[in-house]
Amino acid sequence: MRRRRQARRALLYLVLVVFAVIYIYPFLLEIGTAFKTETDAVAHPLNPIPQQWVTSAFSELAQQDFARWLANSFVVALFVTLGRILFDSMAGYALARLRFRGRNGLFAAIIAVMAVPSVVLLIPTFLVLKELNLFNTYPGLILPLVTDAAGVFIMRQFFLTVHPSIEEAARIDGAGIFRTYWSVVLPLARPALMTLMILSFQGSWNNFSTILVAHSSPSLDTLTTGVGRLVSGQLGAGAQYPLQLAAALAMTIPVAVIFFVFQKYIMRTGEGGIKE
Amino acid sequence: MTELLRRPDGPQIPLAAGGVRGRRPFLTTRRRETTAGWLMSAPVIVLLVVFLVIPIVMAAWVSLSDWNGIGSPFASGVHAVGAKNYEALLTQPGLPQQQLGESLRNNLYYVILVVPVQTALALGLALFVSRRRLTGRGFFRAAYYFPSITSSVAVSILFLYIFGTTGVVNAIIGYLGGGAGPNWFDDPNGLLQMILSGLGVGTAPGALANHGFLGLSWWNWLAGPSVAMIAIIVLAIWTTSGTFMLIFLPAIYAIPSDLTEAAVMDGANGWQQFRQVTLPMLRPALFLVLTLGLISTWQVFDQIYLMSQGNPEGTTLTPAFLSYLTSFGNQQWGQGAAIAFILFALIVVLTIVQRMIISERRTGGAS
Repeated sequence: MRRRRQARRALLYLVLVVFAVIYIYPFLLEIGTAFKTETDAVAHPLNPIPQQWVTSAFSELAQQDFARWLANSFVVALFVTLGRILFDSMAGYALARLRFRGRNGLFAAIIAVMAVPSVVLLIPTFLVLKELNLFNTYPGLILPLVTDAAGVFIMRQFFLTVHPSIEEAARIDGAGIFRTYWSVVLPLARPALMTLMILSFQGSWNNFSTILVAHSSPSLDTLTTGVGRLVSGQLGAGAQYPLQLAAALAMTIPVAVIFFVFQKYIMRTGEGGIKE
Repeated sequence: MTELLRRPDGPQIPLAAGGVRGRRPFLTTRRRETTAGWLMSAPVIVLLVVFLVIPIVMAAWVSLSDWNGIGSPFASGVHAVGAKNYEALLTQPGLPQQQLGESLRNNLYYVILVVPVQTALALGLALFVSRRRLTGRGFFRAAYYFPSITSSVAVSILFLYIFGTTGVVNAIIGYLGGGAGPNWFDDPNGLLQMILSGLGVGTAPGALANHGFLGLSWWNWLAGPSVAMIAIIVLAIWTTSGTFMLIFLPAIYAIPSDLTEAAVMDGANGWQQFRQVTLPMLRPALFLVLTLGLISTWQVFDQIYLMSQGNPEGTTLTPAFLSYLTSFGNQQWGQGAAIAFILFALIVVLTIVQRMIISERRTGGAS
């Protein structure tokens, strides 16, 4: 009996390790190949350790507009994250706490909007940016991504779980609704705001399709569209695997840092979907 | 509490929100809350109207017009053409109809393979990492989840390399004695047709070749996912299973342990315990994962754009990418917008159908 249990335990770990290898090994290859020579990358695809370490892929990246793409990605992700945190938490608070006429209708509308598949919005986004003369501008890259119903939903659900006694004490002390929200409610909402911040940063940093349709000027390329252009443009002219994988590695690092720093919050985000 | 008692002259605001009912409303408070409520929601409302509602209406107009991308779609030179764009796609034989048929076929195989596999894999991984006594639990979770947060561009590059002619997968096939391995992204052959030709059915039977739907013969509908599409399917499963694992985890933790203990006491083995206790308890999470999976797999765009652009021979074309290609590439905006709305309708209908099936099963199970 005991030996059978031990055997099963060993089997469980074997399965877990095999899957861990499947999920992690590609990233090890990504790191290793970024420092390989072209011939090395083609000749030894399974070995993540370069025969000879070279950094030519990165110096080549530096000659592209890589620095500009990086800066653009940061600008977009920063403003999208700030915008969503501010607007979504305000609307979420109003929908959870303030009693006003039309609130239920507004909430229903926001739920309906959440159901619109994002890929259907590519042509509409392009059309409206053209009409508003926002095509090929930074606000044009940022505003469509700030538009977000899911974050409102997350914040509303959070505020519903907070006991109202604290804010009501503040209001009795004479604080207005906005003051209560700003100096009492928001500090309380830190866990939910962290979740929203991570989701927004990662979502906008990784976004490809919306940014793709919002600009045509290369000077507005972010990492995703810049590297994307680089990849699809060079497919015909030989693969240049080290260069491509170096680009992939560089754009993964900021998200990886956030992932490891805020792992606690990220691993909790899945729960939001289950409640209600 | 003491604060409240010390101010008998101030308005008595109940501690819990539920206590309001039955009391005389404070008109001033009410009005202030109405103003504040709308003001605080205003930025989100404005954004949603300007960047979501109005754009959809604009695209709906474009899908009914002959706009060619030059100037504004609302200028006087642009004409309404009725449902012509939709007819070209749905009822008139021709290239647009055939491409839409192809893209729907490709995406259908993608959905059929990705959704069940990613759901099963996510559930399996979640069950494994939710074990109480597990060394390195945090590590395993992080490992499985990490691909989910990586950008589609980085993952696409990685898989172009892994599935390249001289890549990792072909190297493994070589070690295992499988020969050179396929030219993944250049191989348009369908999986089912390859299996059939292995069984000796190399050419289409007349009945399947001569009849069809949406510009594709039934033989073509039955081709299966192409070799190129299979590589993209593997990518999708690899990237998303971690996300869905994370949805399953809290649901697994929410299962009361006395339930599983009772099952063990009754002599249930591992599989019975899973079938009789765990799976029924995980139903809501399972439905959520299936719904989200279904909705997202019908929207696959980034990977197609980055990895194949619909090639080889249109076998990785999807409706989302076809819509982009038709409008942004060929400047046929009416048709491109029409494809987007057809895809929209398809997703809505499938979601409703799935809901109906689920609710029927639920009531059926209860009675």
